Amino acid sequence: MNYLLAFLVGGFICGLGQLFLDLTNYTPAHLLVILVVSGAVLTGLGLYQPIIDFAGGGVTVLVINFGHVLAKGVLAEVERLGFLGLFAGILEIGSIGISASIVLGFLMSVIFRPKE
Amino acid sequence: MSQLDKTPSEYKRLIKQVSSDDSLSKKVTKAYIIGGLICVVGEVIFQLLVARGIPVEEANPLMAISMITIGGLLTGLGVYDRISQYAGAGTIVPITGFANAVVAPAMEHKQDGYILGVGAKMYGVAGPVLTYGMLTAFLIGVIKLVFI
Repeated sequence: MNYLLAFLVGGFICGLGQLFLDLTNYTPAHLLVILVVSGAVLTGLGLYQPIIDFAGGGVTVLVINFGHVLAKGVLAEVERLGFLGLFAGILEIGSIGISASIVLGFLMSVIFRPKE
Repeated sequence: MSQLDKTPSEYKRLIKQVSSDDSLSKKVTKAYIIGGLICVVGEVIFQLLVARGIPVEEANPLMAISMITIGGLLTGLGVYDRISQYAGAGTIVPITGFANAVVAPAMEHKQDGYILGVGAKMYGVAGPVLTYGMLTAFLIGVIKLVFI
């Protein structure tokens, strides 16, 4: 059941993404920015956790989740530190994905040559 | 090569070259299926971690690291770009697409050197994603701080 929901919900969001790319003149970079911003906004509104509880990997595997962890980090640290939390919290959890991507990006560019 | 670090006009030209004459519904279906399958892979990794007794708060980031590693490796091997020509948004919306957006320009610009090529171009797409993601999160923090 978990797997089916992950497939259905995750696929649905990807399908929406494809519509966005085909029906507008925006690029994949715009799509990624929109996804991250929506994840953060949904988290701010308190709507994101229920979606995770429902769809699991259907949203946690997507870039939307990156927006979620940014907002989640900020909200937790503002709770704990107040003003300072605004700055300390943003990358609190998000740093994991960023670090992994940068390490991988460097390693891959050292090891591989681009193929045309 | 990578579709991700292109300006709108470059992107349009590139898409004209590589995209087949598939109808919109066919493209959306492909994106749905491949994107959904990538989510299932993530969910399998997540469930395996949880089954090994790893708490959910740790299993989620570990799953994300695994997916980024898979996406990065497949990009390095040139496989990811081939899948994405088929699946479109199905390979952009998942976190493997973010990994692809970092790894592909880093590789492509290796010829410009490690500082101005790899080091700088890596952030071509990740940069805006981080900037606007962080600004939104910051704003949400401000709202919480001031109003709640």
